[in-house]
Formats: sequence, C-alpha cells, structure tokens
Amino acid sequence: MKRASRLSLGVFAALSIAASAASAEAIKIAFIDPLSGPFAATGVNGLHQYEFAAEELVNKAGGVLGGKTFEIVPFDNQTSPKESLIQLQVAIDQGIRFVVQGNSSGVANAITEAVNKHNRRNPDSRVLFLNYSAVDPALTNDKCNFWHFRFDAHADIKMDALTDVIAANDAIKKVYVIGQDYSFGKAVADGATAMLAEKRPDIEIVGNELHPIGKVKDFTPYARKIVASGADAVITGNWGTDMLGLGKAILENGFTGPIFTYYAAADGITAAFGAAGDGSLRLVSEGAINPPASERMSAYVTAFKAKYPDGNVSQPRIANTVEMLAKAIEAAGTADDVVAVGKALEGMKHESIWGGELYMRPEDHQLIQDVHIFKHTKDGVVFDYDNSGYGLVVESTVKNASADIATTCQMERP
Amino acid sequence: MDLVLVNLIDGLVTGLLLFMLSSGLTLIFSMMGVLNFAHASFYMLGAYFAYQISKSVGFWPGLLIAPLIVGVLGALVERYGLRRVHKYGHVPELIFTFGLALLIEEIVQFFWGRAQVPFLAPEALNFALFSISGNSIPAYKVFMIFISMAIFIGLLLVLTKSRVGLIIQAALSHPQTVETLGHNVPLIFMGVFGVGTALAGVAGVIAGPVLGTFPGMAIVLGSIVFVTIVVGGLGSLWGALVASLLIGWLTTFAASYNVGMMDVLTGLGFTPPEDLSESLFRDIWSLTLPQVGPILPYLLMVMVLVFRPYGLFGKRDV
Repeated sequence: MKRASRLSLGVFAALSIAASAASAEAIKIAFIDPLSGPFAATGVNGLHQYEFAAEELVNKAGGVLGGKTFEIVPFDNQTSPKESLIQLQVAIDQGIRFVVQGNSSGVANAITEAVNKHNRRNPDSRVLFLNYSAVDPALTNDKCNFWHFRFDAHADIKMDALTDVIAANDAIKKVYVIGQDYSFGKAVADGATAMLAEKRPDIEIVGNELHPIGKVKDFTPYARKIVASGADAVITGNWGTDMLGLGKAILENGFTGPIFTYYAAADGITAAFGAAGDGSLRLVSEGAINPPASERMSAYVTAFKAKYPDGNVSQPRIANTVEMLAKAIEAAGTADDVVAVGKALEGMKHESIWGGELYMRPEDHQLIQDVHIFKHTKDGVVFDYDNSGYGLVVESTVKNASADIATTCQMERP
Repeated sequence: MDLVLVNLIDGLVTGLLLFMLSSGLTLIFSMMGVLNFAHASFYMLGAYFAYQISKSVGFWPGLLIAPLIVGVLGALVERYGLRRVHKYGHVPELIFTFGLALLIEEIVQFFWGRAQVPFLAPEALNFALFSISGNSIPAYKVFMIFISMAIFIGLLLVLTKSRVGLIIQAALSHPQTVETLGHNVPLIFMGVFGVGTALAGVAGVIAGPVLGTFPGMAIVLGSIVFVTIVVGGLGSLWGALVASLLIGWLTTFAASYNVGMMDVLTGLGFTPPEDLSESLFRDIWSLTLPQVGPILPYLLMVMVLVFRPYGLFGKRDV
C-alpha cells in the first residue's frame, strides 16, 4: 500500500514535470465543444480541423514567437452551457489562455459571460474567447465584450446576403420560412421577414413557422404544407437531422424551387441528399472550397483529406481563426498577455487562405469577410463532402458582406 | 380538402411503421413481462445492417437478410442474456435491456460513425407514383404500406390459425399448463423474441431511407413505441394496429394544420390581452397545433390510462 502510494506520487510528479516542460514549448488552446452525444459528429470533425490547422498552418511553419507551437486541448461540453462552464474552469485552471467554441449560441452566450466575469476578477489569468461558429447576432451586439471575437458571419449578415440573392430573382414571388423552435430559428425567421419586406415588398411570406427542435420524426406533413402553400422558395436555419429530414421530405414531395439553408452540408448530410438535392439546395456561408481559391488552399484541403479520409473541411473559418490568432500573438510579442493579443486582433486585416480579405471590426469584434451563396451539386466540385461526389460550389459572392452593419455594442476596453 | 387525403396516406405510412415496431414489442411484453428497452435498438440495427448489405449487393437482398440477422441476434440475446437474468426478477431484466440499448448505440457509432449514413431507397422505387393536387406520393411510401400490411395479415394468420400460434397464445396466459402438456415453453419465448426483433429489423430496413439512418434513430422512436403498446393494450395485435394508426394520424394531422390557440380561445369567447408580450399567459395564447403535436400521443396515453387502464383492446391491467 505504502509503496503503491509512493509510486503513484512519483508518477504524478514525473507527469507534472513532463506537462510543465511541454507547456513551456506549446501555446495551449482549449477546444470546448460536443465530443459525445447527438452533435458529436460536428464537434469531432471541428476538433480535427483545429488540430490540422494548428499543425499545418502554424507548427509546420516554425510556430510563433520563435518556435512555440500551438496545441489544441479538447474539452467535451456535450452541447450543454452548464457543462461548458465547468470545462472552461478546468481549462483556466490548467493555465490555458485561449478558448475556442462554436456549436450552439446558447453555449457561446454562457461562455462569453463567464469569461467576462473571470477576466474582471482575475487580471492575472485572463483568457480570450474565440467564437468560430455561434452566430447569434447578440454576441457582437448587446452582449459584446472585449474578450469575445467572432470569426463566423452572424445570422443577420448571412440573411442579408441570402435575401440579396432572393431579391434579385424575379421568379420568386412566395417564400416559406420554417425553422427550429429556439433562439436561432426565431432569429432567422425575424431576419428573413424583415429583410424581404424591405428589399422586395412584393414577395409574399406564405408560411412562417417553427417546429419542435429534434422532436419531429417525419417531416412529411410540413412538406405537404409547404407545397400546398404554393411557395417558390423555402428558407430554413435547420441543422443536423432536422435539416436532413425537412429537406428530404420537401424534395420527395416534388418541390423543385430553391431551398435556402444555413447548414445543409457535410457530416453525412451532403451524402444523404445526393442527387435529390441537386438544383434545389442552396447554402449561405463564408469560406469557399469550390472552386479552389489558390494552390495553397488546394494543398491544404488535399492534405486534410489524406489525414482524415472520412472528414470534411466543413468549417473553413477554423483555419482563419488559427492563422489570425498566430498573427496576433506574433504582433503582440507574447502569448501570456491576452490584452495585448486582443488589441492586436482588433482591426487586424488578413489575407484568408480561402481567398478574400478578412477584417476584425474593432467596434464589436465581428469578422467582416466575403459571404457566399453555394449550391449543392456535382458539377465543378473539386473537393466533395462525405466522399459522395457532391459538394458546395460558389454561385454568388457578396464581398466584405455587411461591412457597415450597425451594432449596438458598447465595448469596455481594459 | 385534397390535403386531407394526402395526410390520410402519410398518417397511414407513419402508423404502419409504428405498428411493425409495436407488434413485436407487445408480444414480447405480454409473454415475458419484460419491457424491452432495446427494442428500438434492434430497429436501428436493421437499418444499419441493410445499409451495409445494400452497399455491396443492393437494397432488395438487404430487405431479406438484415431482418434475419437481427432476428437471430434477438434470439441469442434472449437465450444467453435475458433467460439468465430472468430468474432474478423483472428489475434486473429491465436494467439488462436498458444496458443493451446503450451498448448497441455505442457499437453502431463505433462501426458506422456518428454522422448519418447515406442509406437510400432503391432506384426502382425512386419516383412519384401519383400526385394529389401537387403533392406527390413517392412509390416507396406505397411500398411501405404494402409491406406492413402483408406482415400484419401474415402475423394475424399465424397467431390465430396455425398450431404454433395457438401454442403461443396459450403460453401467453398459461405458461405452466402449456409446459405440462409437453411443449418447450423457453423455446417458444426465444422464438417470439427473435420474431419480434426481426419485425423491428424489417421496420428499420424500410424506414431507414425515409426517416434517416443515424445513431439517434432508436431514441427518436423508442418512447413512442411504448406509448403505442400501452394505448393499444398489452399483448393485443389488433390493439397495436389501431393504436399505431391512431398515433400516426394524430401526429400527421397535428403537424399539418396551423390551428393556433389564439383562434381556439377567441372562438370560445375569450378576448386576447391587449399587449401579448407583457401578458402572463402569452405562451398559451401563441401556441399552435404543430408545436404541441409531438406531445399529443403522450396525452392520449394518459387519457387511456385514466379511463381504460387495460388499453383499447387489452385484457390485462397495466
């Protein structure tokens, strides 16, 4: 018994020495997202993209600050805000200064609040929160703070681009808006109705409804309503199985008009739609992989597919996040003083690996970037999703989308 | 009004699918007294096996082979798992099937990943058979209707007309007497468990392409199957059929009509509050039928339990 405890003490000491030795070399980044549970597919794929981006874009290029490497430390939050805060505390206790999270705006709201509080109370161990996917506009408006940076275009910016495309299409006279019954679904519906009323007052919203999130087994009745309403186009913010179920039911029901979506790609969704979605599915997002923007980008995606044959580069913004963080740390000359890193990130301009220029708006920490409308198709796909032959090809692009979009953010700077 | 007809057909498809799951479960429950939590997991296994088979030899062999494999697996689970646990009583049995459900989900994720797999309907049935005022009815749905009808009729004939069926029915209510008469009751239990899980497998094969094949598919359908057998009456095949159709139509029609609480309440003579966003009851006023649709089957179950605890067609108390 005594020997065992002494042995374990020794092992513990050795481990902690090893850990501290490693931390002297590496800059740790906490990845807090679902790695188990129903949304694990998205989370795990995101983690792979982070690990790959850190390795490929930073570590292989010699690291930052003369040889320090990036290390992604995964934390599983099971998409729960409560669990996320526990994991955030664990990350902070481990001395991690940078936190990335993306899945669910509910989680992002909890983290940004907790980070703000923590940084106020503990000036010695402040952290930066790099939000790469949560698109609730409030995060860079009412709830903004200095520590939060958003690398994705938020829901209103995407809706602005989407409604531009719809407004330009004279064939669309009737639009059906459907989404999941929670904050993001409501934000999409409100944005769609307000912006369409402004840009094309003649368009009639023939349906605007929210369905229970993750509870609908069969979307056929909804699809029947959509077809019966005579809609020319559908707008939905659905994701995951709700997206697939709704989309498949609509298409099976003989709907041929465009279906404008936020998240109808990758994680099995592209493969499951296959030929059925061709010609109908549209998606609004940043970061185009078809057609490839540059040789460097092609090499990056090819190398990713070689390492993760079943994975997808589904969130191009992850590469932007990693590159801009590296650049900011380099500019600040430190990875420990996050105020300096944050100030370096503010107003940063960066040439994206996916093409186009990125600009981190200082007033609200919202990244301004090109937003594309993609179509789900087989033609012109260089890099497909889910190894299905199908992928997303740019149909139209809004340069520096909503660069002057109003914000209510009143940021207090340290 | 055309939409009513379309909804009738859609509800029939959903209901019959539910029936294929609940028929097996209700037989197993009434025979062994075991609430088989893993029943929907066998449904999921059916879909995944068929997907795997369809990748190499196509959909049709999968329709035949996958349920067979699932049935054999089910029989093995009964023989080497449940039967050993049986002597310790019902609670260990419950826990066993619960653990089995978790295990199957993890196994599925291990082999096929966490994302949805592209299990698609066969090309031959990938067209709209007919359409009612712009709403097309895919041939695959009609195929689903025929398959489940055939299974119901076959099951009913076997249970009521054949010798095996008579012994099963007898073993349901008087297992000891049947055993004394020289029949191998444990074998019958194993057979029923196997056939029940095989039926769930068939449901999985034909539902996989429509409702999606993903690791969460068992959970999505699991609870509603229990509701079905309780509403229909435990051990009753007719009850399972009627309850399945009832729930299928209930959820379909509820999702189809945007009747709001606002209309209902004003129709009843209430006046809406001036400022809805400030009102205490704003959630009640803004509810719509599609939003409450998913809880209606559970409401139905509560009503049935209150007014007719045997279920619609059941003979035994729950």
